[in-house]
Amino acid sequence: MNIIVCVKQVPDTTQIRLNPETRTLVRDGVENILNPYDAEALETALILKDKYGAKVKVVTMGPPQAKDILKDAIALGADEAYLLTDRAVAGSDTLATSVALAALVKHLGEYDLILCGREAADGCTAQVGPEMAEHLGIPQVTSALKVEFTDGRFVVERETENWAETLAVPAPLLVTMTRAEKELRFASIRGKMKARKTEIPVKTAADLGLDVSNVGLKASPTRVIKVFTPEAHKVDTQIIKEEDVDVAVDKLVEKLIEAGVIKR
Amino acid sequence: MAKTENAIWVVAQLENGETLGVTYELLGQARRLADTAGQNTAVILIGKENKGHAEQLIAQGADVVYTVLGEEYADYNVELYTNAISELAQEYKPNGIMFGATIDGRDLAPRVAARLKTGLCADCTEVEMGEDGLLKWTRPALGGNLMGTIVCSDIRPQMGSVRPKIFAPMEPDTGRQGEIINYTVKNKVESKVEILKKEPLSTGGKLKIEDAEVVCAGGRGFGDGERFKVLEDLAALFEKSAIAGSRAAVDEKWVDHASQVGQSGKTIAPKLYFACAVSGALQHVSGMKESEVIVAINKDENAPIFEVAHYGLVGDVHVVLPKLIEKIKAYKES
Repeated sequence: MNIIVCVKQVPDTTQIRLNPETRTLVRDGVENILNPYDAEALETALILKDKYGAKVKVVTMGPPQAKDILKDAIALGADEAYLLTDRAVAGSDTLATSVALAALVKHLGEYDLILCGREAADGCTAQVGPEMAEHLGIPQVTSALKVEFTDGRFVVERETENWAETLAVPAPLLVTMTRAEKELRFASIRGKMKARKTEIPVKTAADLGLDVSNVGLKASPTRVIKVFTPEAHKVDTQIIKEEDVDVAVDKLVEKLIEAGVIKR
Repeated sequence: MAKTENAIWVVAQLENGETLGVTYELLGQARRLADTAGQNTAVILIGKENKGHAEQLIAQGADVVYTVLGEEYADYNVELYTNAISELAQEYKPNGIMFGATIDGRDLAPRVAARLKTGLCADCTEVEMGEDGLLKWTRPALGGNLMGTIVCSDIRPQMGSVRPKIFAPMEPDTGRQGEIINYTVKNKVESKVEILKKEPLSTGGKLKIEDAEVVCAGGRGFGDGERFKVLEDLAALFEKSAIAGSRAAVDEKWVDHASQVGQSGKTIAPKLYFACAVSGALQHVSGMKESEVIVAINKDENAPIFEVAHYGLVGDVHVVLPKLIEKIKAYKES
């Protein structure tokens, strides 16, 4: 079984704070991490590897420092990792990104399953996975919770707002993960040593035979014309801080009764 | 026949043979946008049978309804639906296409956009009509704390998925005139995906968090799943209540993913929201800040949750909640 996991390095959005006075995002010192949903995809790949034996390749597109998350993936048990980095792909929107990533996947040869996170924590579009599947001409299943392999087909569980579905799909296919069966594992000492020694191959657009007119800013149909912080959500917070918890809780209950949210 | 070239289209979403509310909401906005630009509206209705949906869509703003009907369309299928929508778009050349930003809508829209090699804007909360029919799509990023307005100037159709419960549907007017076009797909495709099982999501008989009027949410600060259960006692004091959790609480499996509030979960606006031991990361806040009354309980007085709360109590949830439950109960029984 050949599995390709697509990952993205994103700023740790849980560390981003909003300056309430200036309504600007405070990004100083915010670390770059593996996109949380991609961690679900990676763990799913590693579970499949444990169960059925698989070769797991991890790919990303980004600046040179995106190698960090690839090294981490190797430490966790991925077999190979590839970085696509090229000025020609900079400024790509989801469509242009999906063209570039599809080319990278094709370049790596045969595969049975492509796993992606449901969406990236920064852009939150959930579009690159399905767009890749379309370029590659393979079926897709999005928002999945579990992937298994039974009777020659992948069996995927997914959830929508109102439905739980179990789908059977033959290889090759692309699945985007909402959650894995368990949290992303930790790296072993041996894994970390392997990662240290592993060279991450760096690919350029030319290596993949990508026509540069199909990627990057110029090949992106969408353009951001305005970025703004939404109007301040003005809340007049009444803070209760008391030494005695009973006094504090009494005050809170009183206020909630006054506000009409607790009724007899 | 009404001119549908350059029209604003909406892709209808059916579940269990019923049209979802988001379809009518998008149609209402499509109608308003089309009117400002002198364009028409059309809806693509894909499903097993029409059952009066097309007529209802005309009554609520559609000039044309394209129906794509058949047994093979009974259940949502991304390959078949993409094929039908793309074929219609290539033939009738709309100006824009809107999809509901539901999980299935966001599964379908990018597949269609990639086939048509056009731009797509995800999960929009505003769509406006600019000059020359240019649509301006506004969407949140970074948990709703940054907004971006996006255009697709050079390629048609312009596409976006738009969140449910943002736009108002039009009042039905059974006197409205419109046309129903039964479309037969020319390039038939077969799906490789087989549905082995499809069943309504079980909530164990409990109210879904988006339907609850009082939501009692907990976060990482609870420390363990046993102690988290005190939220059920708090919720039991209110009718139409539910318990919910932050991403951390869901990761710890104290609550289901279906009850996760925030960016990777649900956006809700109940009448009363208790945020207990929730620090208030942007991701969480974006999913609950529109609640009518927010009560935050946290031992860290600098926790960002207090910035969005109407009432904040600085204290340890393990001590505060049992007392709060007892005192609310006493008041209700007095």
